[in-house]
Amino acid sequence: MTAWLRERMVLLLGLGVLAYTFVPIAVVVLMSFNEPAARNVYSFDGFTLHNWANICEDAAMCEALGLSLRIGFLATLVATVLGTLAGFALVRHDFAGRSSANLLIFLPMAAPEIVLGSSLLTLFVAAGASGLLGFWTILIAHIMFCLSFVVVTVRSRLAGLDDTLEQAAADLYATPAQTFWRVTFPLVLPGILGAALLSFSLSFDDFIITNLNSGNETTFPMYVWGAYRVGVPMQVNVIGTIMLLFSLAVVVTGELVSRRRRRALV
Amino acid sequence: MTQAAQAVPETATLAAEPSGSRRRRGRTGYLLMLPATLWLLLFFVVPFYSLVATSLFDASGSDFRGYEMTYAWGNYVDVVEAYWQPFLRSLWYAALATGICLVLGYVLAYAIAFKAGRWKWLLLVLVIAPFFTSFLVRTLSWQLILSDEGFVVDALQFLRVLGPDDRLLATPVAVVAGLAYNFLPFMVLPLFASLDKIDPRLVEASSDLYAHPFVGFWKVTWPLSLPGVVSGTLLTFIPAAGDYINAEFLGSTNQRVIGNVIQGQFIDANNSPVAAALSVLLMVLIVAMVLVYVRRAGTEELL
Repeated sequence: MTAWLRERMVLLLGLGVLAYTFVPIAVVVLMSFNEPAARNVYSFDGFTLHNWANICEDAAMCEALGLSLRIGFLATLVATVLGTLAGFALVRHDFAGRSSANLLIFLPMAAPEIVLGSSLLTLFVAAGASGLLGFWTILIAHIMFCLSFVVVTVRSRLAGLDDTLEQAAADLYATPAQTFWRVTFPLVLPGILGAALLSFSLSFDDFIITNLNSGNETTFPMYVWGAYRVGVPMQVNVIGTIMLLFSLAVVVTGELVSRRRRRALV
Repeated sequence: MTQAAQAVPETATLAAEPSGSRRRRGRTGYLLMLPATLWLLLFFVVPFYSLVATSLFDASGSDFRGYEMTYAWGNYVDVVEAYWQPFLRSLWYAALATGICLVLGYVLAYAIAFKAGRWKWLLLVLVIAPFFTSFLVRTLSWQLILSDEGFVVDALQFLRVLGPDDRLLATPVAVVAGLAYNFLPFMVLPLFASLDKIDPRLVEASSDLYAHPFVGFWKVTWPLSLPGVVSGTLLTFIPAAGDYINAEFLGSTNQRVIGNVIQGQFIDANNSPVAAALSVLLMVLIVAMVLVYVRRAGTEELL
């Protein structure tokens, strides 16, 4: 018994830590089925499906959610395209200033959000655009902080790529364009999709930078921030649960698909 | 497809170059790099310059009447005098949270890298999963867990760790716990990335040479995982030092951190020069601490 325990102690401790990270998540899922006794009392009072059936009961919440989704999609699209191009440049091409480019990509990830957010705000104010703060300034900011994460994800996928397949394609008289679209791109695609998922969740989740550059617009995290003193509606937890299930589904499907493809290759 | 998870460990290598295959010369590289470079120059580098400029504006102006550029270095003296407390508090909370994350994260990363076997990928997915539930919603659920009527306080009171009137919410303990919880994945992923690269045969060799498992860990595994430790602590410490969501949701006005002050000065007080000076100071302090830390970690590695 003690030998069994000693053998597995590290694993059990690790699983314990993992369980701890899921306690708040369990509370979020639980609270999505909560029937609160009063709006300003945040405790579990009874089971109901009401929140799931009436997600948009608070119209302001769904409006904020809509804005966050729109910003999330657009920011992900632009950041993924720009970041993927840069990732290819950094791994596959040689150009003057490569190391400064790498540094430029790294720095935004190393700066605290409050500094990034306040810098952008002072720029917008200095440019006389303080009246224009809103959708476009939020979008600009989100693309900026998602970009570096896309570049590093795509860069690591590309750098870890074995180039024998590409050489084989070239040996079989594929043109460079054919080699790229039939061999290289499909191999990098999982990395690009992963980067897109990461950008979307970074964008959807951001509060600190957005709050400084949003003008009168309200994103989902800003809605939660504003509502929490008076008591957030339980539907907020429904959104949290859906986000969790959606991204888990994407990640697990992706893993299973790439496993099947790997098995087919072998 | 834990690509999303790989992004963070990749930053583990900081600005280091990935070892690529043959690189092509020519115009294409510049063209591919151009859009991202322009975006970051315009919306990351230039803004930082305007932040520094704003911090030197005459603080007696206002956002409505405009400011005069007077190279008011005195702004920095003023903000240090007025706000040194939230400054130290931010850095102190972030340091404590980073320490807790290092202990918890190391255990978890070690278990995944060496003990999980075929379940490695699933455990990695589970590490990043909480990430995908909104940060603010997660923190609110901590508020509920640590609340005065919650089971944690009940249990601690039953065990007499807390007195009958003691509470967790609105204390530094709650804020640090929240920070440690929210930034744990930033610690686990880089740690995992370095632990996973360690050849288990090295550890086996140490035990073949009669090293006690603890000695083996201390002399072999730990030194080899140092790159992960350094990047993990940085990736945890930096965002934690700027965060104010945890302080707001889990603390009270006695736990006000510098992020709180900066955003309040910008948005509520409309006092841009003060807010900008605070932001620049935070950045400078963090960069200085990071440089000292990386240098010390580097020399330890050499010992």
